Amino acid sequence: MGVKVIIPTPLRQYVGKQDAVTINASTVAEALSGLTVQYEALRKHLYTDEGKLRSFVNIYLNDEDIRYLQKDQTPLKDDDIISIVPSIAGGLNLRCICR
Amino acid sequence: MGLKLDQKHLDAIRRHGAKDYPAECCGVLLGLDAEGVKRVRDVVPLKNLRHDRMRAEALLPLGAPERESERNRFLIDRAEIRRVEEAARSRGLDIVGYYHSHPDHPARPSDYDREHAWPWLSYVIIRVQAGEPCEHSSWVLADDRLSFRSEEVEVVGGEPGEKISTDARSQRRHPSR
Ligand SMILES: [Zn+2]
Repeated sequence: MGVKVIIPTPLRQYVGKQDAVTINASTVAEALSGLTVQYEALRKHLYTDEGKLRSFVNIYLNDEDIRYLQKDQTPLKDDDIISIVPSIAGGLNLRCICR
Repeated sequence: MGLKLDQKHLDAIRRHGAKDYPAECCGVLLGLDAEGVKRVRDVVPLKNLRHDRMRAEALLPLGAPERESERNRFLIDRAEIRRVEEAARSRGLDIVGYYHSHPDHPARPSDYDREHAWPWLSYVIIRVQAGEPCEHSSWVLADDRLSFRSEEVEVVGGEPGEKISTDARSQRRHPSR
């Protein structure tokens, strides 16, 4: 038993090409930390050097963004599905030496 | 690594860049990865959420909001990405990358682009200079997140459309259309 973490395509290369990983955890925070302990190469894409979840990484529990639940302290039950969903962002260099 | 797309896909990106100038445009590339070359099958324009300051700021706060706007930032809502991904899957396709425009700036990724990038995906950038679509390029984030690698873009079929920029110009003259 446990929860299923759906891995988005860009990150599958770090989890042996699987599209989902099953983790035993009782909160979202535990699930993500379990995942990145098991698959170390995932860590820097999900967390900053200071250990904070990156701003463009969104976590859904079933169909709800955890920022509208109890954030990473949201409790889990067996068969819950966690999805890692990207926000995509970009832009220009603000001070550009363009010629 | 490489990206292969039809001329019509590139035309769609160029047209979108011209239409949204001087704001940044953005969209998604749908296709399949075949032995390291991503073959684009469809290009879908998406909304730059930076036009909606409140919602964008709630989703991904800016570092210097007084200097950042839809003219130098783009953001795609994660809910939109979920929707697009689901629709793509039902057609047997995957999200293989994204595109965005650099209004009056070269088609080279910024630090902001790199800091917000996901690995594996192709990031196509098109320069739009004074409203005219110019050169494009495509980039993939390195595993260590410290750099972007330029990748080859192969454009297949069709003639590069002179007509495209004309269409875009006339659309800008009639913004209500
Ligand atoms: Zn950019």
